[in-house]
Amino acid sequence: MSGDAVHRVRVVLPYHLRNLARVGSEIELEIAGAVTVRSIVDAVEARYPMLLGTIRDQATKQRRPFLRFFACEEDWSHDSIDAELPEAVAQGKEPLLIVGAIAGG
Amino acid sequence: MSGVRVLVGTKKGAFLLTSDGKRDKWDVSGPHFGGWEIYHVKGSPVNPDRIYASQTSGWFGQVMQRSSDGGKTWETVGNKYEYDGVPGTHQWYDGTAHPWEFKRVWHLEPSLTEADTVYAGIEDAALFRSTDGGTSWTELSGLRKHDSGPHWQPGAGGMCLHTILLDPKNKERMYIAISAAGAFRSDDAGQTWKPINKGLVSDMMPNPTAEVGHCVHRIAMHPSKPETLYMQKHWHVMRSDNAGDQWTKVSGNLPTDFGFCIDVHAHEPETVYVVPITSDSLHYPPDGALRVYRSKTGGNEWEALTKGLPQKDCYVDVLRDAMAVDRLDDCGIYFGTTGGQVYCSPDGGDTWKAIVHELPPVLSVEVQTLQ
Repeated sequence: MSGDAVHRVRVVLPYHLRNLARVGSEIELEIAGAVTVRSIVDAVEARYPMLLGTIRDQATKQRRPFLRFFACEEDWSHDSIDAELPEAVAQGKEPLLIVGAIAGG
Repeated sequence: MSGVRVLVGTKKGAFLLTSDGKRDKWDVSGPHFGGWEIYHVKGSPVNPDRIYASQTSGWFGQVMQRSSDGGKTWETVGNKYEYDGVPGTHQWYDGTAHPWEFKRVWHLEPSLTEADTVYAGIEDAALFRSTDGGTSWTELSGLRKHDSGPHWQPGAGGMCLHTILLDPKNKERMYIAISAAGAFRSDDAGQTWKPINKGLVSDMMPNPTAEVGHCVHRIAMHPSKPETLYMQKHWHVMRSDNAGDQWTKVSGNLPTDFGFCIDVHAHEPETVYVVPITSDSLHYPPDGALRVYRSKTGGNEWEALTKGLPQKDCYVDVLRDAMAVDRLDDCGIYFGTTGGQVYCSPDGGDTWKAIVHELPPVLSVEVQTLQ
């Protein structure tokens, strides 16, 4: 992937964050440069500031414990947030899935 | 015509219940923020259209909501609560040192004079203030940095700052309470604080009369007598007539003096309400009968109020922030239960009727008196 290219990526948010941001099941964002979890979450928060703090802690930038990042059927939650995501995500063929853990009652 | 708007926070969203002054027929709006825990919803006494709501989730953390049209529409505002400086540690349940960590906002207290100023009591216990309508928050860190702070320990529900009282006659004076550190008072608008726990006795503590460590569940005040405070402690109902400098037990003839909520009649400063709960092991009313107890003597002498409340097979709880009073001529009393009922008494407690029966577990109840 080119570091200078602009990529149009797709992101699927969990139900409650869609409602908070008042968006549908999937959003599209433009990412300049490398497509990583960090660059996508940065773009999500910039476009939808009401989501600040709901995906990752505002101060530490740590992923909230009950959220996971999936792409191309792989769990990227424990990879470096600066790791480049698969080309299919950068090309918009596959979305980054932000998934809430199935837990609680 | 005057009316009321009851603001209900539940485990699965917020609900707004409105009625005219008769408080007989109700409109129910909600759930707002469905699926989220709404710890507290409270309106500004300066501008009743301004309402703040604490929205929280184990998955997504803390969100703060603000309405400027009486709850018809909402907007998210600031949710960044950063402790001032390096927060250090408090005591964990086992007595070991534990770092201070923000978890959620338990209680919101709008200013008595400025609609854009609001205080937030958070877990792990600290007091924050916003002067821009909730957009940004600053810790009043003199409280958490009190010498006793490293010795504070959480109660069973977490180390929450759950009560904030603003003195209507002295803008420099405010009170807060923390489970399980106790009650504190500031006489300089929140810059410095002193523990006000003399007279409290907590037998489960190594030193039952220690300066801090008491599990205060709730404090209430009547605005015309702000130096008189009423407290529902873990066990014991207490009263102070000198702004918390000394407390006296006023449990009197209550069937049990364990409980969570306490409030004061809008027009009778010596009329107090509690809901006795069986014990700290059995969080439901004695004998399966839901009874509000009223004292017209500022404590000690209590009467059971039962008309309209279930008197058998009732095993709900009434949490600390789930009782409120309106300011209509015939003072209305309200409380919500963990069974999802919100009860109203339009006659000061003599008779009760459920406004709603099957909401999610109720975390908080506030009421706005609308002119």
